Amino acid sequence: MMEVTVFIICSVIVLSGALGVLIARNPVHAALFLVETLFGIAVLFIMLDATFLAAVQVVVYAGAIVILFLFVIMLLGVDKAEDLGIEPISGQRPLTIIIGTSILGLVLTTLLISVNGPTGTLAPTPEPTTNTKNLGEMLFTDHLFAVELTALLLTVAVVGAVSLARRIKGPLQPLPIVEAVSDEEIEVQETKDVE
Amino acid sequence: MEVTTTWYLVLAAALFTTGTVGVLIRRNPLVLFMCVELMLNAVTLTFVAFGSALGGLSGQMAVFFALVVAAAEVVIGLAIIVAIARRHPTTAIDDFSTLRG
Repeated sequence: MMEVTVFIICSVIVLSGALGVLIARNPVHAALFLVETLFGIAVLFIMLDATFLAAVQVVVYAGAIVILFLFVIMLLGVDKAEDLGIEPISGQRPLTIIIGTSILGLVLTTLLISVNGPTGTLAPTPEPTTNTKNLGEMLFTDHLFAVELTALLLTVAVVGAVSLARRIKGPLQPLPIVEAVSDEEIEVQETKDVE
Repeated sequence: MEVTTTWYLVLAAALFTTGTVGVLIRRNPLVLFMCVELMLNAVTLTFVAFGSALGGLSGQMAVFFALVVAAAEVVIGLAIIVAIARRHPTTAIDDFSTLRG
């Protein structure tokens, strides 16, 4: 019964955080709602005996990725509220609701009808107390090649990020696509922004 | 009543759908990335739930690599957003059409 209570509380936390990300007008609030969801998932990981992953979830996601988000939000100064009343493409929202419910229906149907296997009680993972040790052993024996590839991926990501975000010396060259837009249109856009 | 794998899978499905809807309706690229993170988290939850149901650590192993890929994806994505925001101060996802060849 205890487990059920914890699960329900965690589900409410996870889903309310996700909805918060969806409807928050301010990106900073969205990032904080994301932290809420991530913490809920970390607790669910503990319930599933994935203790090390729960710690990694908090440290890497809430500690690093969300901070990165907040850093970029502050850096760009885009922390002003977005007007959610505007629908850029007409019919986008009703279509999204239809697509969203279809996806949920598809996934749930697949899950509840065809997945007949793991619906029983959970099998205990081998020795939950040595979860970290087991994971480490498995990581550096069975999955060694994948670990090496991961290192390569991270190196590429770091080099790519640095070269992308590098400030170019001298005045910025206008993009070709910007030149194609006439000055009147830009002015119209600016007056719209002012309003 | 006991918490079974199906409960986790239903929760993950709901979370994934929320992320998908967010990607479809939001226009701020940063919020789009957060919604992608929601979808990734739903999938990791599925991995761990299945791994726990089947016994063994393979599911948790997969989550490790998903985590690394998510981190790399966020780093590159944010770098692109910063690079574009230098030229277009009002960053909306529509500005990203300039990325095409």
